[in-house]
Amino acid sequence: MAEVEETLKRIQTHKGVIGTIVVNAEGIPIRTTLDNSTTVQYAGLLHQLTMKARSTVRDLDPQNDLTFLRIRPKKHEIMVAPDKEYLLIVIQNPSE
Amino acid sequence: MSTFFSQTNMLLMSVWSCFFGQDEEDGTEMGEGDEWMQGKTLIKPLDQLDLTEAELKEEFTRILTANNPHAPQNIVRYSFKERSYKPISSVDQLAVHFVLEGNLLHQDSDEARRQRAKQGLPEDKIVKSVLWFFLLAQAAGGEDAGDVEEGGGEERADSVESKAGKKEQKITNQFNFSERASQTLNNPLRERGCQTEPPPRANFSATANQWEIYDVYLEVLQKQEKNKEKAKAVPKKDDDKGKKKMMLVETQSDDITKVAKVAKIIERMVNQNTFDDIAQDFKYFEDASDEYREQEGTLLPLWKFQYDKAKRLSVTALCWNESYKDLFAVGLGSYDFTKQGRGMLVFYSLKNSTFPEYIYPTTSGILCLDIHKHLPYLVAVGFYDGCVAVYNLKEETLQPIYKSTAKSGKHTDPVWQVKWQKDDMDNNHNFFSVSSDGRVVSWTLVKNELVFTDIIKLSLAGAVSEGPEGVQLPIMACGTSFDFHKQIDYLFLVGTEEGKIHKCSKAYSSQFLETYNAHNMAVDAVKWNHFHTKVFISCSSDWTVKIWDHTIKTPMFTFDLNASVGDVAWSPYSSTVFAAVTTDGKVHTFDLSINKYEAICQQPVVAKKKTKLTHIEFNPVYPIIIVGDDRGYVTSLKLSPNLRKKPKEKKGQELPKGPEVEIAKMEKLLSLLREPENSNA
Repeated sequence: MAEVEETLKRIQTHKGVIGTIVVNAEGIPIRTTLDNSTTVQYAGLLHQLTMKARSTVRDLDPQNDLTFLRIRPKKHEIMVAPDKEYLLIVIQNPSE
Repeated sequence: MSTFFSQTNMLLMSVWSCFFGQDEEDGTEMGEGDEWMQGKTLIKPLDQLDLTEAELKEEFTRILTANNPHAPQNIVRYSFKERSYKPISSVDQLAVHFVLEGNLLHQDSDEARRQRAKQGLPEDKIVKSVLWFFLLAQAAGGEDAGDVEEGGGEERADSVESKAGKKEQKITNQFNFSERASQTLNNPLRERGCQTEPPPRANFSATANQWEIYDVYLEVLQKQEKNKEKAKAVPKKDDDKGKKKMMLVETQSDDITKVAKVAKIIERMVNQNTFDDIAQDFKYFEDASDEYREQEGTLLPLWKFQYDKAKRLSVTALCWNESYKDLFAVGLGSYDFTKQGRGMLVFYSLKNSTFPEYIYPTTSGILCLDIHKHLPYLVAVGFYDGCVAVYNLKEETLQPIYKSTAKSGKHTDPVWQVKWQKDDMDNNHNFFSVSSDGRVVSWTLVKNELVFTDIIKLSLAGAVSEGPEGVQLPIMACGTSFDFHKQIDYLFLVGTEEGKIHKCSKAYSSQFLETYNAHNMAVDAVKWNHFHTKVFISCSSDWTVKIWDHTIKTPMFTFDLNASVGDVAWSPYSSTVFAAVTTDGKVHTFDLSINKYEAICQQPVVAKKKTKLTHIEFNPVYPIIIVGDDRGYVTSLKLSPNLRKKPKEKKGQELPKGPEVEIAKMEKLLSLLREPENSNA
């Protein structure tokens, strides 16, 4: 367990990372480094998008599954990695 | 039907009379209409047919028929038998003009009788009353009036009775009939109802996609398999208990641990972003300036791997993983005799350069390690304190699964090299180790133990020392490196601290097949060529790198690198390319097919000049090398194209591929050397 905590900490302190959010299966954020309103917004929207993306991937081939999802807006990059029960969202500014 | 004609005629007549007959009735009124009267002449309508005389005289017969002119003449009905529309043979010609429903009943009909019964009138009442009247009339006229009267009276009485019985029913007066009604007591209405608790309801919604169906099928399959396994494992009760414990542990685990895998992926992604340019270089960059440099190449620095807790340790061993091409192991310890402390075994992946994948701290410094070729999770490690250990990366613990102890034959001096071998006849894994105590030992992993077998003892030829109590002990040479032949299984080379290289066989435990006086100082590394079966290379702290043919006692090539050489490695893609690292921080790359005397690349790799490079390894697949130094850093470098040249073939010929080419290349070089020797000799 401590390893996971460490890993998350390392991600948070990595160069360029603006925030990290851990979301559970229902779309409720359980851990975050951003303020509440932003977190809720990110969690809700990205949860839906991830579900859709995963559904798409699996519809094309049921044996396949979504590993991660990268969205690159102009300002920074949003990375989403889904799990069976959880969703990990990291917002990073790659150009820094 | 006949009325038709008459009626239509009447109509026509009436129509005509409207036009012409009206003047008789309205003659008085039409005083002013004289004009119209006068204009009695027939006015021809404009569209009247003009008929000739002959045509006018033509007789037209008019037939009176009983047909209904309004009846349709071509009614068609669908016949299912013939499946088509068929005209009806005869059309009904009856036309009804007027219908009135009457309410007269025949007196003898059922309905009439019923009605009469309802009213209570007897059937022959009229007849009897007539009789009575008749009798009365007779009585009035005769003497026997009294009798007759009596008789009549009797009769009268009878008749009165009967009359009373036959009294006419009062018929309701339809003009001043009043109906009287009375209200009865109505039973009060009561409503009874019963309410039950509604069944619990829940909203259910789901999607049925192809993958959801697939998931469900998979689950069912897994359950079936589990059931089968349980059925088999029922006699083994211990296992069941163990499984139960495992199940409990799983449910109690914290939420966060399930994010572990995902967190790893994210970490790699974040790293990829941060080091995006390096990743791109690694994949795609080819130094274009190599075309202008004739023979020289360069090394492009890529990722730098470092671990905080390993900063004071030096890299003592490097090994790539054969199965996972981006994973490599770093052994950390110290070469300094005085500064011996702890060590560490660390695994890095190219995908994440900021943090190692696996970390195993050890009590003593590591000096060498080797990853099993086929089982990428088994790692053999040799320590400074003489122990050897085997780690299993799949295990959660940080302890090795096997460790040699003083009882089980551990070395008494630092272990300089370990190498995995093929599984022995019992399918047990085994590996070899060489140490400064002069022993080459084979260790076999038997169930839970490490069983050792001395393969050979390196004794200095002829040298004998005096041991305690006057016993003469042969002095052992200190083995510092060894390497096994790629094809010939039993053949291996051992380098010693005295600078000699011994060619040995696993079969002979006391004698060497051959000894080469290689160097003046300890032989740091000995490596067989990957392609050519006869060639091996050796390097030493005496500043030289030498290439040998094992059938010839003198080296084929000797290179002086101006600094103590820490390690040398053959490249996996070419038989003539090798690289060496020196303590002055430089990497020297040679390609014998291009330049036999000089390095084609000499590049300092570390920033600070005082860091010494200790080890070097080529990646089996990618064109990169990793270099370890004595500060605990591992640097990865990309080889420029000049360093990876394949032999140029004449135009028109196909490029032969495969190890034969490499062997041939080497042979050519060697033959060049041998010829002058032969000629000299």
